[in-house]
Amino acid sequence: MKARVHVMLKDGVLDPQGEAVRHALGGLGFGGVEKVRQGKVIELDLADGTSEDTIRDMCEKLLANTVIESYQIELA
Amino acid sequence: MRAAVIVFPGSNCDRDLAVAFRDAGCSVDMVWHKDTALPDGVDIVGIPGGFSFGDYLRCGAIAANSPICSEVKAHAERGGYVLGVCNGFQVLTETGLLPGALLRNAGLKYICRAVPLVVGTTNSVYTNGYAVGQEIGIPIAHHDGNYTASDEVVSELTAEDRIAFRYGDNPNGSTGDIAGILSANRRVLGMMPHPERAADENHGGTDGKALFASLTSALAAA
Repeated sequence: MKARVHVMLKDGVLDPQGEAVRHALGGLGFGGVEKVRQGKVIELDLADGTSEDTIRDMCEKLLANTVIESYQIELA
Repeated sequence: MRAAVIVFPGSNCDRDLAVAFRDAGCSVDMVWHKDTALPDGVDIVGIPGGFSFGDYLRCGAIAANSPICSEVKAHAERGGYVLGVCNGFQVLTETGLLPGALLRNAGLKYICRAVPLVVGTTNSVYTNGYAVGQEIGIPIAHHDGNYTASDEVVSELTAEDRIAFRYGDNPNGSTGDIAGILSANRRVLGMMPHPERAADENHGGTDGKALFASLTSALAAA
């Protein structure tokens, strides 16, 4: 089985990289880009039957730093 | 006094930190991250700067989960002293020994230069060789030194006098100009600037020397 974990900076945590991307888009002539947030996607190949709770445990212990990041698990 | 300096793959300030401890009168053991015990009788654990595990995932995240780190945590929980510099500070926040997190610098650039720091408290073995409000020059060298924490955490750090150092001229966007913080028992210090790079005449500055000197004299007296 596969799972995909989306890790994003929490709302309210400043994202200087997203802000730089927003600037660059403006520089390329794309108007109206009001906000950019940059995160990461982690794909996991897992043994069949791995529970969502186990994946959540992986997120809490390593994949995300919950002080600054939130995560979403997508089971494929 | 015995110091242990933890070495991760990608650490690059481990030997500098060892020299600073040794010059201040400590015997120093280098401890590999896969080791499962600290040497007997260690007083202070140093977590050095560098790029542990290539900064993969998040700076310090993988190092914080290496075998030796549960020992470092146990040492801190027993009331042992821990000094984390730069990547070491990032590791300490990732282990939860210190609150908050270090984000990418606000200006997105890697910054490598000496900066002015203002001493925030003298109530710790690391800072009692300075004066409150004293300005010292210590080099920084980081890409992810932008300290962030919730308002509650920052007010707690402030109320408990746990902000060891503030930037005189905030280079990286850190909340409250915070450059270094202490744990609640004041025995764990994490800081982005490198005191071990300002501890010898040949470094071009010696303002970091007092940190190691006051630490070792406190340990000697204990």
